[in-house]
Amino acid sequence: MRSKSGFAGFIVFVLLVLLAVIGPLFTPQLVTDVTAVYLPPSGAHWLGTDSEGRDILVQMINGGRPVILVGVLAGAISTLIAIVFGSLGAYLGGWVDSVIVSVTDIVLTVPQIILLAVLASLYTLDSPWLLAVILGAFAWPYLLRSVRAQVFSLKEREYVEAAQLLDLGTPHILFREILPNMASFIMMNFVVTMTNAIYALVGLYFLGLAPIVDDNWGAMLNKAWTRGAIFFSDSLFYVLAPIIAISILQLSLVTMTRSFEEILNPRLRQS
Amino acid sequence: MAEPLIVLDQVSHVFSTRSGQTRAVDDVSLVLEPGKVLCLVGESGSGKTTTARIAAGLTKPTGGTVRFHGDDIHRLTGDRFTEFRRAVQYIHQDPYASLNPVRDVFSTLATPLRRHRLVRGRDQARQRAVELLSEVDLTPAENFLAKFPHQLSGGQRQRVAVARALTLKPRLIIADEATSMLDVSIRISLLNVLQKLRDDLGVAFLFITHDLALAKYFGWQGSTAVMHQGRVVESGPTPQVINNPSHEYTKALLDAIPVPDPDLARRRAART
Amino acid sequence: MEPILSVRDLVVEYRTAAGPVRAVRGVSFDLYPHESLALIGESGCGKTTLGLALLRLLPKLGSVPSGEVLYRRRGGEVVDLLKLDREELRRFRWSEAAMVFQGSMNSLNPLLRVRDQMRDTVRAHRRMPADELGRLVKDVLRKVQLDPERVLPAYPHELSGGMKQRVLIAMSLLLDPQILVLDEPTTALDIRTQRAIVDVLHELRAQLGFAMIFVSHDLPLAAELADRVATMYAGRIIELGGVRDLFYRPRHPYTVGLLGAVPPVVGDLPELTSIPGGPPSLLALPPGCPFQPRCGYAEADCEAAEPDLAAVAAGHTAACHHRDRVSYARKPAAGGSAPDERVASGG
Repeated sequence: MRSKSGFAGFIVFVLLVLLAVIGPLFTPQLVTDVTAVYLPPSGAHWLGTDSEGRDILVQMINGGRPVILVGVLAGAISTLIAIVFGSLGAYLGGWVDSVIVSVTDIVLTVPQIILLAVLASLYTLDSPWLLAVILGAFAWPYLLRSVRAQVFSLKEREYVEAAQLLDLGTPHILFREILPNMASFIMMNFVVTMTNAIYALVGLYFLGLAPIVDDNWGAMLNKAWTRGAIFFSDSLFYVLAPIIAISILQLSLVTMTRSFEEILNPRLRQS
Repeated sequence: MAEPLIVLDQVSHVFSTRSGQTRAVDDVSLVLEPGKVLCLVGESGSGKTTTARIAAGLTKPTGGTVRFHGDDIHRLTGDRFTEFRRAVQYIHQDPYASLNPVRDVFSTLATPLRRHRLVRGRDQARQRAVELLSEVDLTPAENFLAKFPHQLSGGQRQRVAVARALTLKPRLIIADEATSMLDVSIRISLLNVLQKLRDDLGVAFLFITHDLALAKYFGWQGSTAVMHQGRVVESGPTPQVINNPSHEYTKALLDAIPVPDPDLARRRAART
Repeated sequence: MEPILSVRDLVVEYRTAAGPVRAVRGVSFDLYPHESLALIGESGCGKTTLGLALLRLLPKLGSVPSGEVLYRRRGGEVVDLLKLDREELRRFRWSEAAMVFQGSMNSLNPLLRVRDQMRDTVRAHRRMPADELGRLVKDVLRKVQLDPERVLPAYPHELSGGMKQRVLIAMSLLLDPQILVLDEPTTALDIRTQRAIVDVLHELRAQLGFAMIFVSHDLPLAAELADRVATMYAGRIIELGGVRDLFYRPRHPYTVGLLGAVPPVVGDLPELTSIPGGPPSLLALPPGCPFQPRCGYAEADCEAAEPDLAAVAAGHTAACHHRDRVSYARKPAAGGSAPDERVASGG
């Protein structure tokens, strides 16, 4: 295991996911207690309480799942679009490539924030799938361009030509010869897209563009801000807790990418 | 004379670059017969690699036709095209680039076998892969099946490339400078493998090289064509072209080659 | 005659992820004034490393844990190059000894004209008035058969591979060094360009009299250019002698193998042999003689101890326990005939 930080990042990510998925099964019900508003950390409430007297730690544990879920979905959707169309365009060239590039350029020029605001005002963005699709729809252009550039260079490799000589067929060549050589590149892009989607999602909640239906991290930030939690030292954890949680998640994702190259590249697996 | 496999009929290829057009191949006609060796010799820029790629169907010539069993290969479709594709294979120069780095040797060999339904099931594929590796003297074959390219030496990689070329039972193998990137002491063993394929399986060869001495060794019983600036300046039986050249360029090439004999080299230097 | 360069037990080590690796494992040889020495070997034998180490041009990860490189200055004083400080080394390089690197066609700065690069090279080592510098540069270009008017104002990409190689040879000779080290001087050049470079080097040596060490995997090149030849294997010199000794009377099985693997273009069709197996990994050398797993003469004592260079004849040494049994005679192959008309008729 050459990359210790990469491995550490991976472990942290796995733990966070476990916590987010299994944790909520074990947390007690949140009790709204108006007398216990903005309490500092104590034995009963390890991270204190929020503006409605509810325990922050419980919200921390509950709040991860929606964020991670949407992040993964958005990452997956955009990565899939980028891979399929980016590689097809680069490999086939001609009018296929021209069309794909034009569409990509158009989508790239659309201002993300404004469109999000418009969409938010027109529709209720409550379902995680809807959010994932919207966020994914903004991420794929950048990814497609990188995938396309990579495939452009890889398709000139001699082993690709050898595969053509053996008449192995375009789908096989693309998906079984070229893309496996981009495995770590794809994984890294997936993770980066995920981190961007998570930031965008939290931003949506923070700005109030997405309706708050549960106590996810983004919602916590929104409430903390709108209810003045940053002005009191006692209620600081209401703001800090989601920020720390998001930061740890993003950090684990980013450091995890360091070990991808090692895991997915057979050349580096040997000592 | 048996029916030729591949015929290059007045083939030309022009590259368009920013600074104008280059005639990489200029009115070249070659005939590749079953079981025979044709060595194509020339310096860099002579057009030999482009010609090889045209013969393999990798590059479509801007002029002239390439015929396989009489048919223009760029007009073939369906089964006829598959027949051509199977009959003509190609070995690249760079053994470090011609194998997919994420595939092990078994996968590299089994993929074309399975795709063209030449084997059924994993066991048959394994068996055939072992046969092919034995054909190219990579023994014990079982040891090599699970290896990745980066675990093999240059010479071993080239042999895997040859084994891969053999999967579809080709009639003609085009070897483009297949030994240039190998160490001197390993070159001959690869050439011997190719000669064995010619003798045992009757595979014809189009052997591209800049090294006249290699052309002489490999193509002694076949013919040699010398290319210069896109044209074939001389061709004929190898012993004749090498030992009794008629064209000035061939003579100049032969004179330029360093001789592994100190006395001979000094005698020649004293003459000039 | 006193040698101009004496290398004694030189060891070069590289730091790698798998630990320190000795690319050169104790090399000793002498280079005499005006002499040309060829270091011949295949990939991984350590020849390039040795060439770089002589002028202390090793990359960062390389080091010289032991050995001496003794250089005799023009005045007669002998210094150990490995012990020179930075300033002394700078003055030594280019004016006493110069190097032409492998793949040197890519060593020229693509953004500078040839005239500027050559001027910079001289100015980095010597102060010279502009007109004298101009004359020197033109003079040395003519020596390598290049037209200064054509070459000086050109950018590297406007020159052919052969021309670039000659520019680099010219640059190495600017300050009239006593020793020239060339690493693969003809690789990647066309046959006819190779011939031109070989001829140029012959000419230059005759005119300027420098001693030359060239590193190559191309054995025939040694026959053309070298007075003495050393073959290297697994980081050591395994045979060293005059060029005729090595080509006509080789005494190390590896040298014999190399000779047997070179197809000659002139003459009959011989039977060629290749050496089975491949070069050993420097991280895991076989016990005893590193060539022994591939050697047809190997016996039990070959695994027991690594042989040192031992005398075979005057000025000819070979590192083989069984050097007295080793012989070489090229056999013609069955079916090869064609008489050697070309040489008889004058080529």
